[in-house]
Amino acid sequence: MTSYVIKDVSILDGKPTDILIRDGVIAEVGSGLKGDEVIDGAGCIALPGLVDLHTHLREPGREDAETILSGSRAAAKGGFTAVHAMANTDPVADTAGVVEQVWRLGQEAGLVDVRPVGAVTMGLEGTALAELGAMADSAAGVRVFSDDGKCVHDAMLMRRALEYVKAFDGVVAQHAQEPRLTQGAQMNEGVLSGKLGLAGWPAVAEEAIIARDVLLAHHVGSRLHICHLSTAGSVEIIRWAKSRGINVTAEVTPHHLYFTDEVVESYDPIYKVNPPLRTAADVAAVRAGLADGTINIVATDHAPHPSEDKDCEWTAAAFGMTGLESALSVVYETMVVTGLMNWAAVADRMSVQPALIGRVSDQGQPIAAGSPANLVIFDPRASEVVEARKTVSASRNTPYAGRTLPGKVVATFYRGKPTVRNGELSA
Amino acid sequence: MKHLLSAADLTHESALQILDTAKQLTLATEQGVGKLPPLRGRTVVNLFYEDSTRTRISFEAAAKRLSADVINFSAVGSSVSKGESLKDTALTLEAMGADAVVIRHNNSGAPHRLANAGWISGGVVNAGDGTHEHPTQALLDAYTLRENLRGGEGDLTGLNVTIVGDVLHSRVARSNVLLLNTLGAKVRLVAPPTLLPYGIEDWDCEVSYDLDASLEGSDAVMMLRVQRERMNAAYFPTSHEYSNRYGLNVTRMNRLSQDAVIMHPGPMNRGMEISADVADSNRSVIVEQVANGVSVRMAVLYLMLGGSESVK
Repeated sequence: MTSYVIKDVSILDGKPTDILIRDGVIAEVGSGLKGDEVIDGAGCIALPGLVDLHTHLREPGREDAETILSGSRAAAKGGFTAVHAMANTDPVADTAGVVEQVWRLGQEAGLVDVRPVGAVTMGLEGTALAELGAMADSAAGVRVFSDDGKCVHDAMLMRRALEYVKAFDGVVAQHAQEPRLTQGAQMNEGVLSGKLGLAGWPAVAEEAIIARDVLLAHHVGSRLHICHLSTAGSVEIIRWAKSRGINVTAEVTPHHLYFTDEVVESYDPIYKVNPPLRTAADVAAVRAGLADGTINIVATDHAPHPSEDKDCEWTAAAFGMTGLESALSVVYETMVVTGLMNWAAVADRMSVQPALIGRVSDQGQPIAAGSPANLVIFDPRASEVVEARKTVSASRNTPYAGRTLPGKVVATFYRGKPTVRNGELSA
Repeated sequence: MKHLLSAADLTHESALQILDTAKQLTLATEQGVGKLPPLRGRTVVNLFYEDSTRTRISFEAAAKRLSADVINFSAVGSSVSKGESLKDTALTLEAMGADAVVIRHNNSGAPHRLANAGWISGGVVNAGDGTHEHPTQALLDAYTLRENLRGGEGDLTGLNVTIVGDVLHSRVARSNVLLLNTLGAKVRLVAPPTLLPYGIEDWDCEVSYDLDASLEGSDAVMMLRVQRERMNAAYFPTSHEYSNRYGLNVTRMNRLSQDAVIMHPGPMNRGMEISADVADSNRSVIVEQVANGVSVRMAVLYLMLGGSESVK
């Protein structure tokens, strides 16, 4: 197997050094290392390979939007070495058969660990538990369960799910959206929704579910994960819950760190997403929450859609935006350039903790001799104008199109092999 | 004026220009010359995704009086009902050479998309989009107010206009708050709290939950249509209670000042937000509003498509 040496790269916030990769592991870290192939890392940052806890790969069912292969390629391009494939496929990933299929297709693609997420309820219908144990015991070894896209809104069912997954160290990842308060909702409920005449998605619809679920998790002693938290009030509730010792973790998406709801004024559905883009005060609160650790991780909620589902009027458009390829640059711009976090914190929020929550071994490990060689090399000096037509994802619904994002993934190593070199996919 | 998408697009000057042009066009029409020539050879498409006979007929009459060719494209019984996207419909209209598209759509912002997505090159007039705006309705309301209360010229400085009803779902209210403010009037919105949009306190108007306390000092009262079905979503308990608290009846009408006028964008729910006696009273300018609708729509199409030619 070819060995690689990355020269003069800074591991997180450290001084430049060399990293030798051999036989799938980091063989050595130090100066003057030699390998079969040399990658110049001068000026670049080395982070552990990124782990996404929230990815929509669309296969099976919507292969026109994304496949496990195309999504794996997009992930590698963005510096990821593991993704969690959400369950809202067609058929829904609510049986061992479907999650094993997704897992196997991920292995065949071979670019990242594809970890299937299992549905909490059959068909995401919120009425009966899916076979959580069968999915956990399957070859896919599912540990994260979510009806993402829909809220497990029935309190009794949520309680049972939280209890049941304790048997195999699972976690329920809740899409917090009170359905009755968000019927027909199109954007954040605020002054702007009133002005634009778009039905509002109020912050309280998210916060009420999070408040209920942290209390449920406390009552039954389970661990709970909150998907794509988006409001200042949600940050406060998570902070309170953690101060009480409740075993809750939370994620924020790159787009909720970056955009405010003001972009909706264009009525351009590229900005239509669920939960919706929020106010400047919310953006400030989720950034602060991520910096102080209240919010544990960044997760992309990468949601590819074919152009016909976005090139239309706002209300007719699908919710969601792609995010795998831009995530690290967006976090760099919103959290590092602003001085809110250093690189060690970025590694913690985008690799170490998501791997812990998802119970993914071999990921999120320190960059040190003996660790699996899952790495991303990021050049913070570069910057690029995002072009939708150049995305690796099969879909082009990136909200950053036309914007300049700082930094670039120069190389990604997955289990010792480069999936990205010189900023391009290796294969 | 390339498009008319929102009443917010209109400055004091451009709004007055439309009202003055509407006045001139009305006079020219009344002089009995029949059709006016300025839009001969131009094509105006009425693209209606909602049944709205009155608005469509009004735009159609306006375009025809200016000698434009009019194509009515209704969602009912067309390719649209077979699931054709707005984009494909727009591309079709572009290929047919539409100079202006008048669009009524049930989705807020659809006219913005039509104007800005790069699908068509012609002008776009918003003829009502979802619960967003209806700028030509606001123009005809301003025109009606000016005719009745300001002698048919100038702006509306000093007028107190009270708008009552389902503001939350009303595109008429949104456009009127914007335009009436631009023209110097003061607007008060009256509704039960459930039918006011979130964040209403940031709007440029007064807000009240009490109709009786709002009648005194009003120069005009504009009643908005309230769908009886709203009570099914708990916006109010019963239509009876709504009518009692927020309906305009003769008792309330008699408390208005002598010169105050009563308006309604139509179609009315007689007995719900407005009693039949009030609707048919001599205070009511509701029929006049309809006539003025044709005039301001002529002015909008003329200014959008006719360039700087003189009216006469």
